Amino acid sequence: MIRVQTADFDPGLELEQLRIQTDGQSGAVVSFTGLVRDLNDGHEIRQMTLEHYPGMTEKALRAIEQKAQARWSLAGTIIIHRVGPLQPNDRIVFVAAASTHRKDAFRACEFMIDTLKTDAPFWKKEATSAGTRWLSATEPDQPGQAD
Amino acid sequence: MVQLCYFSSLREALGTGDGQVELPGEINDLAGLTSWRQSRNDTWRQALADTRLHVAINHQIVNTNVPVNNGDEITWFPPVTGG
Repeated sequence: MIRVQTADFDPGLELEQLRIQTDGQSGAVVSFTGLVRDLNDGHEIRQMTLEHYPGMTEKALRAIEQKAQARWSLAGTIIIHRVGPLQPNDRIVFVAAASTHRKDAFRACEFMIDTLKTDAPFWKKEATSAGTRWLSATEPDQPGQAD
Repeated sequence: MVQLCYFSSLREALGTGDGQVELPGEINDLAGLTSWRQSRNDTWRQALADTRLHVAINHQIVNTNVPVNNGDEITWFPPVTGG
């Protein structure tokens, strides 16, 4: 299941729905929640705005799910990404994988968030005390970087 | 007609979008299309010369010079930074 939305989401509710949908097929659920930090490169973040490419974004997220499902034995997956203006500590992204065993769930979850960061057409623009700027893909926490 | 789109910092650098555009008869591939848009002015010339840009045609990333056809949606954008 993939969703792109401006509204917040409830990770607990999403996990519960995944548990119900997989109906005894999964022995493990691993999830990742990404949040807006309050500091980047020494500047206090006032707002983070997420832009995306409607139409292509949904296709990219479905392709990521399908790759994960082809690679691991998964009972269910979730990818939710928010767009629009966000504040520090807001949730940005949620990824979850349910599987019979924990290893597949861990690996699929990590694969989906890592691939999302390089393949899905989202862009972050941050407003800080120093002004506004689009984040570059070479900065920490962006594609190709650790964490 | 083709649909031309620009996202993120690229759209802001260009200052305007394109939307639906009638393709001149002599333009039939991505390289030709890019050069044609670059010929608008120096801002477009420089912005679209950025080698880090990605191009998608009908939502599929393309890495080579491919044909463009009427009805295509061609989109330029910087490396993604979501997640």
